[in-house]
Amino acid sequence: MIHKFDAIVVGAGGAGLRCALELTEQNYNVAVVSKLYPVRSHTGAAQGGIGAALGSEEEDHPEWHMFDTVKGSDYLGDQDAIEILANEAVEAVMELEHFGLPFNRTKEGKIAQRPFGGHTRAFGEAPVKRACYAADRTGHMILHTLFEQCVKNKVRFFNEFYVLDLILKDDVCFGVIAYELATGELHVFQSKVVFLGTGGYGRVFSITSNAHALTGDGMAIAFRRGLPLEDMEFVQFHPTGLRKLGILVSEAARGEGGILRNREDLDNIGTGKDGFMAAVAPTVKDLAPRDMVSRAIYNEIKAGRGIMGTGDTGSDYIYLDLVHLGAKVINEKLPDISHFARKYLAVEPIKEPIPVQPTAHYAMGGLPTDNDGRVLKDAAANPVEGLYAAGEVACVSVHGANRLGTNSLVDIVVFGRRAARDMSRYLKDAEFEEIDADPEAFVAGEIDRLKNGSGNEKVADLRKEMQSVMMSKSGVYRTEENLEEARKTVLELRRRYQQVSVKDSSLYFNTELVEAIELGHLLDVAWTIAESALQRTESRGAHSRVDYPDRDDKQWLKHTFIRKLGDDKVEFDYKPVVITKFQPKPRVY
Amino acid sequence: MQVTVEIYRQEAHSGASHFDTFVREVDPTDQILDVIMEIKDDVDGSLAFRKSCAHGVCGSDAMQINGMNRLACQTLIQDLKSDRIRIEPLKGMKVLRDLIVDMDPFFESLAKVKPYFIPKTTAPAAERKQTIEERARFDDTTKCIMCAACTTSCPSFWSNDNYLGPATLVKAHRFIFDSRDGGDRERLEVLDDRDGLWRCHSIYNCTDACPRDIEITKAIGDLKRYTVAQR
Ligand SMILES: Cc1cc2nc3c(=O)[nH]c(=O)nc-3n(C[C@H](O)[C@H](O)[C@H](O)COP(=O)(O)OP(=O)(O)OC[C@H]3O[C@@H](n4cnc5c(N)ncnc54)[C@H](O)[C@@H]3O)c2cc1C
Ligand code: FES
Repeated sequence: MIHKFDAIVVGAGGAGLRCALELTEQNYNVAVVSKLYPVRSHTGAAQGGIGAALGSEEEDHPEWHMFDTVKGSDYLGDQDAIEILANEAVEAVMELEHFGLPFNRTKEGKIAQRPFGGHTRAFGEAPVKRACYAADRTGHMILHTLFEQCVKNKVRFFNEFYVLDLILKDDVCFGVIAYELATGELHVFQSKVVFLGTGGYGRVFSITSNAHALTGDGMAIAFRRGLPLEDMEFVQFHPTGLRKLGILVSEAARGEGGILRNREDLDNIGTGKDGFMAAVAPTVKDLAPRDMVSRAIYNEIKAGRGIMGTGDTGSDYIYLDLVHLGAKVINEKLPDISHFARKYLAVEPIKEPIPVQPTAHYAMGGLPTDNDGRVLKDAAANPVEGLYAAGEVACVSVHGANRLGTNSLVDIVVFGRRAARDMSRYLKDAEFEEIDADPEAFVAGEIDRLKNGSGNEKVADLRKEMQSVMMSKSGVYRTEENLEEARKTVLELRRRYQQVSVKDSSLYFNTELVEAIELGHLLDVAWTIAESALQRTESRGAHSRVDYPDRDDKQWLKHTFIRKLGDDKVEFDYKPVVITKFQPKPRVY
Repeated sequence: MQVTVEIYRQEAHSGASHFDTFVREVDPTDQILDVIMEIKDDVDGSLAFRKSCAHGVCGSDAMQINGMNRLACQTLIQDLKSDRIRIEPLKGMKVLRDLIVDMDPFFESLAKVKPYFIPKTTAPAAERKQTIEERARFDDTTKCIMCAACTTSCPSFWSNDNYLGPATLVKAHRFIFDSRDGGDRERLEVLDDRDGLWRCHSIYNCTDACPRDIEITKAIGDLKRYTVAQR
């Protein structure tokens, strides 16, 4: 079936919905195509808050927010983009409130704010209250509020449609190909402009805070079409995932005063006394940025001070102690995460510490874009006409080598809106283009191979092997040897993937087929992560090379662009970092 | 431990249904979602169900588990206190395949109550002020994840497709009791109807079913009293 819309928005998370909302405000004919029902998107899982220098509770300034983000990014973030993020965050949060978002309130009735990792007053003096929140359900409220506004504007949704390819002609984008889960039909969505808001790829790793649906589709689809991906080596591991499960315990828990404890520190549980982070980051302690806290936890475990004392970072863990906060704070400000601890680990956070370990959380890298969301086709910053992206799928880059908490929710609304505004400009003189006959041929061929192949490989086996090698060899700490192993394994898994066959022959709700396709995307993304990590011979932000422990600004103050050359070959190019106000300095907290 | 899992199966479109039985080795702390995912991975890839977040926040995997509506990812084996597990799709919805039901009518029902903020006043430059108490008034109903566990546990919904259902009423509550919202009149027109509020006979099934522990029957009671007072 062929559909025609001015604009196609792929993905109905915060980024996609914010973009679609803006486009309908401008009266364009828009369709949102999403593999999940909009309210199922993982933006809804975000807990802690959205950062903006409102100064509701204490003095704050966008420039402080900008500085913290630059420093948090380990100076890899582009400072022009970060300045936009910090400045527009304030208006974006007010706009969400005007859409009805139920933020928590201060005594004066203003939007309530709390401290979060890496956010400080006066360029690093002390933690500052910058995270605007709605209990520990901030993302849920953002997702629902934006969805509600889209319902109001009668946005057209195509739910449970999987976008599997882009229609590109001479580097101009004219639509997408989507697979309808309910019927097995392939749809051609023809348009003048396309926006990708497909989110991250956490399911590359065995322990993750990300939903099953986060399989890096947008990145893989573009990569296969020869477009580059930026900074794929930078993967954020959040320090506090529930042990074994990876379910997130928000940084808000430490923002409210939670403390990490090792096995030598058990007597201090419930006392509120400093834990091991006080020695790692004397000023901000447990509120150091995530990359540093995750490494600190691994260091504790390796030194035998994990709770089990085994030294094995794969299975050992540490404690997050909230006991001293008391029942009222825990129940009122952290209700959902307390529920997770009770439900999944049978731990009562009012009385006992919560077992946690680092969990794969956020993709700093992705489709390179400019500050208006235009996807770039090379490191010289030439755009692909008619193709936009924002949110976790994109790399502007505002997060550089390490994202600060609360900055992703800002990213999705600020850059989702900016992209939509530039799309409106582009739409003024864009036209529909004749497209080739059978634009869906490539996707149809892939599906045919998966459904009718005779190979014996199973999706679940390949997925497990990929997740386990990526977690252990391309995780918090990396070495050349380990990354080489990850790369080889992933390439081998990609070969074996050609032998995957789907047993379910049905056209209707063929979730086995969809999982097979998603695995293909994950493998491509895993490949780009391992390759990019291997070539960056320095440690910066979340990319920590044991064999190259220092940041190397001379060689590596630049963004990685990886592009596919063949079935097992990639090429690299580099884009300079934009530095405006803050020169790179050593990163201490 | 060993459990016997019976799962409702239905071919798409043909409508013929049966139960498949699987004997599985599990841990008491496994989620039901893990169990059915493993069945899909190891035994029968064609088993169809929805999933996403895997920790009870996205609302994808509401289903009947031993006769109760629950989220599969939020139900552990040990919660069931039984080694027989029977899994069926939500009741009162059209089954599309296996455990997947047609959610479109559910979202269409929601749309009837203008499920979006209708501001009382024009927007100031900064935020609209709201006191902590005003904000607390509707906190409970902001938690809804639209999983449909409540609506599909309600006998009034089973016997009448036109009933708005508890989830839609919860959404209406979230806006009507928001001090910043001014859309009461438009919403009450829809609510104050035989197929609106007054189909609710306070059976409390919805409250029991809600995986977010929203006090749904109480919220509907608030709406009933408010509606009468506004007449
Ligand atoms: C547990 C958790 C807590 C977090 N807490 C915070 C926080 O407190 N503050 C903060 O700033 N950030 C937080 N984050 C990060 C932040 O929530 C995400 O980065 C952000 O919400 C991503 O939004 P998005 O719109 O880019 O993608 P998503 O919300 O993930 O949406 C992706 C959309 O794309 C669709 N899609 C994907 N692939 C396809 C395809 N092939 N075809 C069609 N549709 C497709 C999906 O259906 C979905 O609608 C948290 C993340 C997690 C996991
Ligand atoms: S999978 Fe999201 S609620 Fe269960």
